[in-house]
Amino acid sequence: MTMTHTLPSAPTEDKRWRIVEATMRRTGFEPSGLIETLHSVQQAMGYLDEPALRWVATSLRVPLSKIYGVATFYHHFTLKPQGRHTCVVCLGTACYIKGSKQLLEQVEKKLGIHDGQTTADGEMSLLVARCIGACGLAPAAVVDGQVQGKSEATMLLDRLDNVMAGKVES
Amino acid sequence: MKPEELANMAEKKRILNAGYKHCIGVCMESGCISSRSDQIVARINETVKARGLQKEVRVMGVGCMGLCGNGPMVKVNDGHPMYQNVTPEHAQAIVQGLDSPTGNPELKHLVCDLEQSFFRKQKLIVRSNSGRMDPEDLADCVAHGAYEALLKVLTEMSPIDVISQITASGLRGRGGAGFPTGLKWSTVAKAGGAQKYVICNGDEGDPGAFMDRSVMEGDPHRVLEGMAIAAYAVGADHGVIYVRAEYPLAVKRLTKAINQAMRHELLGNGIFGTRFNFTVEIRLGAGAFVCGEETALIASVEGNRGLPRPRPPYPANSGLFGCPTLINNVETYGTIAPIIREGAGWFSSIGTEKSKGTKIFAITGKIRNTGLIEVPMGITLREIVFDLGGGIPDGKAFKAMQTGGPSGGCISARDLDIKLDYESLAKIGSIMGSGGMIVMDETSNMVDVARFFMEFCMTESCGKCVPCRVGTWQMHRLLDRIYEGHGTHTDLALLKELCDMVKNTSLCGLGQSAPNPVLSTLRHFEDDYLDLIKKGEAARAVQNADSVAVGTTVALEVVS
Repeated sequence: MTMTHTLPSAPTEDKRWRIVEATMRRTGFEPSGLIETLHSVQQAMGYLDEPALRWVATSLRVPLSKIYGVATFYHHFTLKPQGRHTCVVCLGTACYIKGSKQLLEQVEKKLGIHDGQTTADGEMSLLVARCIGACGLAPAAVVDGQVQGKSEATMLLDRLDNVMAGKVES
Repeated sequence: MKPEELANMAEKKRILNAGYKHCIGVCMESGCISSRSDQIVARINETVKARGLQKEVRVMGVGCMGLCGNGPMVKVNDGHPMYQNVTPEHAQAIVQGLDSPTGNPELKHLVCDLEQSFFRKQKLIVRSNSGRMDPEDLADCVAHGAYEALLKVLTEMSPIDVISQITASGLRGRGGAGFPTGLKWSTVAKAGGAQKYVICNGDEGDPGAFMDRSVMEGDPHRVLEGMAIAAYAVGADHGVIYVRAEYPLAVKRLTKAINQAMRHELLGNGIFGTRFNFTVEIRLGAGAFVCGEETALIASVEGNRGLPRPRPPYPANSGLFGCPTLINNVETYGTIAPIIREGAGWFSSIGTEKSKGTKIFAITGKIRNTGLIEVPMGITLREIVFDLGGGIPDGKAFKAMQTGGPSGGCISARDLDIKLDYESLAKIGSIMGSGGMIVMDETSNMVDVARFFMEFCMTESCGKCVPCRVGTWQMHRLLDRIYEGHGTHTDLALLKELCDMVKNTSLCGLGQSAPNPVLSTLRHFEDDYLDLIKKGEAARAVQNADSVAVGTTVALEVVS
């Protein structure tokens, strides 16, 4: 790009926006860097809120409608804040064959929420994955980024209890 | 880096490695790390240090050794035992047993039999270095032959030579469709235009498949080298690796490998002192299965929603940013360097008449040995399930094997003796696919399996074309009705009709292949469908008889 690019100011004073700015700079403020930028926002802030989407739209000079389209097209992006902890149950084929559906049902029952939701106290978000590539350890679940292979329902439920009680470092 | 520096780097590292009396390799890929293999490395290092053996014992994190279901795996010296199901508590005993060629007797129960068919029947080409070297150490990779093929290509071969080697090898795309790689390369090479790109498709979206993750994590330089050779052959100077965001470790290792290669001028400008320039960047996927389709992948790299578009024009003529673009799968790039090093004749001597070389599969599900295998084409499915896989656990009987993910099909016991290649699998209604193999035992209901895949295709359909968007939804509804016992023979007939329609009228591979799991289960396991319909009808007949009786009473009451 030959034109110098003046950046619109970040949504808040939060320093984490600088990380996002760095990503946009690395991709030359090109619209093609949109997905990278959204990854960066989500990694820094936890989710994509409207002010962030507006800011990215102005910075990359891409219509907000397109940004909204991209953010909602890909499963990885979330427009809602997540709980303090997350539990992802893998529903890939290998896990499904080994009973991950039942595993998910038990977790749903325990937490009183369905996949894609967060408990009312904001403690735990429950998500499902299409395959996390740990098929050798089916059925697999991921609690706060830690994969738990060969998950028995009781083991997983215990672990969730421990995580929510703050007994395990996340 | 100058040509002679590569040999120096390799030699220096080999001498360094030979200086150690012992070498302990601990699998440091996603699967084993989730079973605490990182802590095993730390504990072994502590033990080695405490005993003052740092100069004698080399401890390294290595790539996958295959038997992922029994991980973490730890390999000790060549010819020494390999341990499975290791925990950090075993670290001390492993170090104590280093001097004995049979290992520590205390750990006898953990020794993994290297003579079992699981290892013996494999032929390692792409995975030849996985588990033998530290993928994060460039010098170690070079000592194991990395970038040798690139050097040979840049200094001894013309782009046309390279393409004719790849063509002669008979290599076909490992992403699933099996398009001849040489032909694809020559199309891109012949395409006009100053700017061309090469893309590595690492969007391994098939649930139940993790071959590409393992190659990217266990030998990232191999992938970069393959891409660089391809770029030289087709005349590109920039490459993109599209990796799914669900593979953070693969992203980390590839990023590190790119940085190392740039620093040592194995990527960048004037590689090996020639006029060849090549840079690589990583782009993250964001959880959309359709992005495995090449035109959708390109849309995603350009920062758009991952919508496929009609072909032609093919990416070879008009791809990324409208430029000629070569797209190959991770495993395909992983196969390039060995072909260049060993020759096309060597590669084409392995496999069947139309499918050459080896293929990596992830065998999972109801099977004893779960993990990754690399086998020569032409091996029978029975050998894979019962020899390499060790058969079905818990005394259950084999029912079906699913290959090719949501685009593939189910194979019944009847077809287990076919020789594995692209054509034979297509003939029985499945596909080679990227390499996921999920084994099911007699307890699995095939309607449920078909419903599972249809649910997947339905949610992953991008929505651009109607047959896929609406058809998958309708098919899922019908499958759900049948599985829940509400289905009729009319539903089944409608389902078959929809399969035909969606298959023939969808825009891209996702829709065109979405009916495959239904078609193949109908073909081999129609009884599962008929049983459910029959049971449902019987239950309804009883219900109807009851409600007719109740209805009559109510009517009489009203009249009275």
